[in-house]
Amino acid sequence: MSQLEIRNLSASIEGQEILKNLSLAVPKGEVHALMGPNGTGKSTLAKVLAGHEDYEVTGGSVLLDGEEILGKEPDEIAHAGLFLAFQYPLEIPGVSIANFIRAALQSRLAEGEKLDAPAYYKRLHEKMDLLQIDRKFSSRALNEGFSGGEKKRCEILQMSMLEPSYCVMDETDSGLDIDALKVVANGVNLMRGPDRGILVITHYQRLLDYIVPDKVHVMYDGRIVRTGDSELAKELESRGYDWVREELAGSPA
Amino acid sequence: MSDTDTQTIDIDRERGNFRYEVDYEYDAGTGLSEETIDYIANAKGEDEWITNFRKKALRVFNKLPLPTHWASRDLESIIFDKIRYYLSQGQMPSRSWDEVPDEVKETFERLGIPEQERKFLAGVEAQFDSEAAYSNMKEALRKEGVIFVGSSEGLKEHPEIFRKFFGKVIPTNDNKFAALNSAVFSGGSFIYVPPGVKVSQPLQAYFRINAESFGQFERTLIIADEGSEVTYMEGCTAPRFETSTLHSAVVELVALKGAKLQYITVQNWSDNVFNLVTKRGWAEEDAEVKWIDCNIGSRLTMKYPGVVLKGKRARGEVISIALANDGQHQDTGAKMVHQADETTSNIVSKSISVGEGRATYRGLVNMPDHLSGCKNNTECDALLINTNSRTDTYPAINVQGNGNSVQHEASVSKVSAEQIFYMRQRGLSEGEAMSLAVNGFVNDLVREFPMEYSVELKRLIDMEMEGSVG
Ligand SMILES: Nc1ncnc2c1ncn2[C@@H]1O[C@H](COP(=O)(O)OP(=O)(O)OP(=O)(O)O)[C@@H](O)[C@H]1O
Ligand SMILES: [Mg+2]
Repeated sequence: MSQLEIRNLSASIEGQEILKNLSLAVPKGEVHALMGPNGTGKSTLAKVLAGHEDYEVTGGSVLLDGEEILGKEPDEIAHAGLFLAFQYPLEIPGVSIANFIRAALQSRLAEGEKLDAPAYYKRLHEKMDLLQIDRKFSSRALNEGFSGGEKKRCEILQMSMLEPSYCVMDETDSGLDIDALKVVANGVNLMRGPDRGILVITHYQRLLDYIVPDKVHVMYDGRIVRTGDSELAKELESRGYDWVREELAGSPA
Repeated sequence: MSDTDTQTIDIDRERGNFRYEVDYEYDAGTGLSEETIDYIANAKGEDEWITNFRKKALRVFNKLPLPTHWASRDLESIIFDKIRYYLSQGQMPSRSWDEVPDEVKETFERLGIPEQERKFLAGVEAQFDSEAAYSNMKEALRKEGVIFVGSSEGLKEHPEIFRKFFGKVIPTNDNKFAALNSAVFSGGSFIYVPPGVKVSQPLQAYFRINAESFGQFERTLIIADEGSEVTYMEGCTAPRFETSTLHSAVVELVALKGAKLQYITVQNWSDNVFNLVTKRGWAEEDAEVKWIDCNIGSRLTMKYPGVVLKGKRARGEVISIALANDGQHQDTGAKMVHQADETTSNIVSKSISVGEGRATYRGLVNMPDHLSGCKNNTECDALLINTNSRTDTYPAINVQGNGNSVQHEASVSKVSAEQIFYMRQRGLSEGEAMSLAVNGFVNDLVREFPMEYSVELKRLIDMEMEGSVG
């Protein structure tokens, strides 16, 4: 029950089917990696989970701790505990990081309840220190003019402030230099725990050297074609995806 | 960013949408004629020169066409014969809230005015339909010779100063609505700040329309004498009526040598109000006139605050924010008329169009060639939320002479569906996400506002954006 469970999910965009009967489960307490070639539908999966309205879900279900989230509004899904670290975080001009995260936290409180501002800033500064983000950044407009790596770190800052039950991280490692990668991995590792399930979408083994996954899934053409332990990622790293392709071609559909 | 910024404010989009049944002692009835003017003049017990001024203005009003050759044809839906031009419960405002009639007092209490007065204002005038119901100022200012009264009282008690500037900054024939105001004006503020007196806290007026099919025509005249400083703030609301309501004010500002005058508007009209206002200031040598104009709500707003830079090194500034929601048209802008050397002007306009909302910017900068060392900076930014919104910019910059310089920048940006999705993924509702985007867009301007007004503006934007989500 305590898991993010995707059952036979199919979804399409503009009439084109991208997710094809995909099934995958990330229990609380585990970190799973999702790998797969470009254009295979990983980001599509992430956005469908988050309730993006452009995608048409044609079948299946997604259960968050047993509760269906398909068909819910994006903010309802966020409140239900799902966080998506975007592959391409959006810029929100004029809205400071501090105000943005504060509004996001406030949205989780009951009507009339007010966020404790001093405690909030204290926690924000702690997390920023941990992620080695200059405190001055808190007053900068969200992602506006940020470098690729700064944007990714800012995603993790939001994730650690919002403390979601389930995290989907879409290529958070791409664009990070080696030092930043370690800092981000450290931040994610600190969030690991029995109360949280994490799905890490990545192309590179190097991230998985720091965030060692409990399971690795290989996605190909809109579905999961292989699941294994962290060794599977290493195998992909050395052999690429061709063998997956060949195996699939060789096996009866 | 500071720990004291106010991020969360209770959202109550219906705050201004209520009205009371009031027995009016004075009611000029519907329609506009010389008799209407006689009724008003009689009710007020006015001097003859004012009545003559009014009647002359009525003739100008009748003669001038609606400016539909350049402005919205929606103006044609104003039926002048169906409007009530004067409604009041008496002419003399109370100096204490206790003496204000109950339903009027309750109105302003619900709008938070007495509380604001206690907190941060140097003086308050509260106008209910045609006349000020309450007007008071801190004793210390009275002792320094500051005058802050309703315009009816100003005309009676201080005719020598009033008459000297009245109708001089904005002549009756300036435009059809200025003429209308000149014919039937009532209420508004009269302020005089003596030489060298610096009023550190703002003076505030609050304009409330309570009656349906009513026209509010306040007339404000502010004179900042040499070297003085004053900030005036106006707020306004009306409940949502079935029929349209007209608000047509004239505001004249005079900043004498070295004076600084700041006029802040945070308007929140309901969406059946035609808001057609003429605002202009004079700045003499080394003086400064600054308009901060925030336009939210109304069916059609037409307003182009201006500054006539009459003396050397005078400065003029217009900072405006307009939010046009579904079914609204904000036609706003600024005028800068340079008439002396080394005068500078600055215009920053930000407009937001939502849904079918429409925002138009009209600017005019005039620098004749015999002047030198003049500067103007104009910046117009538009934000569109959803593809149906439209925005138009009509900057008219007339600059002659080599010794003068102008800078003009304009931008149009959009709040994308992906930005909204991103914010909603963090837990914000659609309305909250749009509101945040709008607040972000105006953020750099609002930061310059006095704290209380930036909080109020943010609250209004929140309400408006929450209300725009279907
Ligand atoms: N709006 C859209 N319209 C049409 N096709 C789309 C749209 N969005 C995505 N697609 C297609 O869906 C497919 C899956 O894209 P997706 O971004 O999910 O891939 P991905 O696995 O995340 O790839 P990458 O590793 O490059 O990030 C691609 O072929 C892409 O072109
Ligand atoms: Mg992707």
